[in-house]
Amino acid sequence: MSARFVVGKVLGAAATLAFVVVFNFFLFRIVSGDPVATLFRGRNLTDAQRDRLTQEFGLDGSIWEQFFRYLEQTVQLNFGRSYTTNQPVVGEIWEAAPATIALVGVSAILAMALGLVAGVVSAWHRGTWKDTSLTSGSMVTWSMPDFWLGMLLLTWLAVGLGLFPTGGISDPGAGGGFSGLLDQVHHMALPALTLTLAYFGEYALVMRSSLLDTMREDYLVLARAKGLRDVEVRNRHAVRNALLPSVTLIAINFGFVLSGAIAVETVFSWPGLGLLTYDSIRGPDLPMLQGLFLFFSASVILFNLAAELVYPVLDPRVRR
Amino acid sequence: MSVPALISPRRLAWSRRGRALRVAWTDLRRTRTGIAGLLVLALFALIAIFAPLIANEEALSAVNAVDNPRYAAPSEFPPIGTDNLGRPVWDQIVFGARISLLVGLAATAIAMVIGTLVGVCAGFFGGWVDAVLGRLSEWFLVIPFIPLAIVLAAILGPSLRNIIFVIGITSWSVTALVIRSQVLTLKQRLYVERSRALGASGAHVMARHILPGVMPLVLANTTLTVPIAILSETTLAFLGLGDPQQISWGSMLDDAFAAGALSAEAWWYYVPPGVCVVLVVLSFSLVGRALETILDPRLRDRRR
Repeated sequence: MSARFVVGKVLGAAATLAFVVVFNFFLFRIVSGDPVATLFRGRNLTDAQRDRLTQEFGLDGSIWEQFFRYLEQTVQLNFGRSYTTNQPVVGEIWEAAPATIALVGVSAILAMALGLVAGVVSAWHRGTWKDTSLTSGSMVTWSMPDFWLGMLLLTWLAVGLGLFPTGGISDPGAGGGFSGLLDQVHHMALPALTLTLAYFGEYALVMRSSLLDTMREDYLVLARAKGLRDVEVRNRHAVRNALLPSVTLIAINFGFVLSGAIAVETVFSWPGLGLLTYDSIRGPDLPMLQGLFLFFSASVILFNLAAELVYPVLDPRVRR
Repeated sequence: MSVPALISPRRLAWSRRGRALRVAWTDLRRTRTGIAGLLVLALFALIAIFAPLIANEEALSAVNAVDNPRYAAPSEFPPIGTDNLGRPVWDQIVFGARISLLVGLAATAIAMVIGTLVGVCAGFFGGWVDAVLGRLSEWFLVIPFIPLAIVLAAILGPSLRNIIFVIGITSWSVTALVIRSQVLTLKQRLYVERSRALGASGAHVMARHILPGVMPLVLANTTLTVPIAILSETTLAFLGLGDPQQISWGSMLDDAFAAGALSAEAWWYYVPPGVCVVLVVLSFSLVGRALETILDPRLRDRRR
């Protein structure tokens, strides 16, 4: 992997990020006319309040002045203060992020493992009942709104059978140490199960079609002709090569799944970025929503970059 | 000696397209999943169109439901029971179908127009147009959709028009990229070259050769975008960004969740809307995959 390739990819990602930052600026200004009036429709504002809000939104001065002030603040990671708590947006996002990253990380890894195995099984046994049931199962879970799946699991396993807590991240009375950790795992089980089921279908379908493509390659015929056992042909020759598209998909998805958990976190009142987003919509708490938007975008771009950089390491064929 | 009947080139082109369409239809009928999807979709289309005949719109407002029992189970209040305000779930499902399908189809229409325009222009003109439009499509591809839609919907305010606009404006990029690559191959075809050599203008080539060439692809992409648009509507409505005046399947789930139907174990309130979403989304993707397979025979081996 040449340095030029890496620099090119990093610059591309930086350009995308810059576009998102600029886009975020104009997003706020596409509101026709006076954003302050539009956002506080129906509410009476005194002139003093209006001036204060205009200043707070950074809407005073010419558009260029506004733009450069915005850029300066963004570089300093200053996205303003939340309307509801009056705390800096960055701090709130920082506090909520670990819960989301833990939940999404666990679910994404589980979904990946299950999805890849399911994809391999259904491709290797194409046309059998195993394939049919796994493929239709993947398509059905893909078609479900993820939060609705969460609602079903919540009522069945938590409300109905009482196996799991109905929400939150820990019991107030839970102690520290190992029992505290166990309590958090117990709380995470249902939202993690929901997200795992919701993501698993896509991985399974991609792995299946990629393995089916690989299965037509000549080197598999050769491997069989050498007299290798079926398992060896599958694991050492077919799966290894078919993994590549799935790995890319997984890396790219890691960024997307962070924001995909918004509605699911809401269902389980999991105190992460999703619940923060949900609470901010009610206001609407615009500085918070914009900060979250930038955060989610940046994470997608970073994971995308990581995927592009890792890909040539995994696949010598695209190495330049 | 028989002289072949003179047909105008336009008639010839249309008769060819008609034949291609019939072949595609025959192929589609052979795929069991595609036809099953079409039947389910037809059923939901009928429900949405004839909603006033099979359900009562008046029953949707809480004022007319004060005499009904609250959270009545299906056995007490056929066919599906009532919600926390006593409104019958059946009427909400039927009229919700209208809004959910309308948002899904209208948003997809917007996405297809933008995607086709961007894709055709990028592929056809090449050069800096392609560079700018290609970059733009890639940007929209990496920007996480739900947070963007949330910010847009929060700024614009919740209304049916805005939600359609927000979903449409954020879901065109895949289509644009697919169309662009198709245009690139179409441009190399001999009939395009011939047309150019005969002095056809760029506009003529685009309208007569390129656009008809990408239309089948647009159709397949439409059936694959509608399910995503419907899922997006469901999520956005659940997050409280739907039109407060209109009932959709997503807003039903939002209402059910907010009203505590989960702890009340009133499954007849929150299960049916989700089942409808799954059926419609699944059917659209089945039809879309079947169409894709017909258009791209290379996929055939993979899908079956």
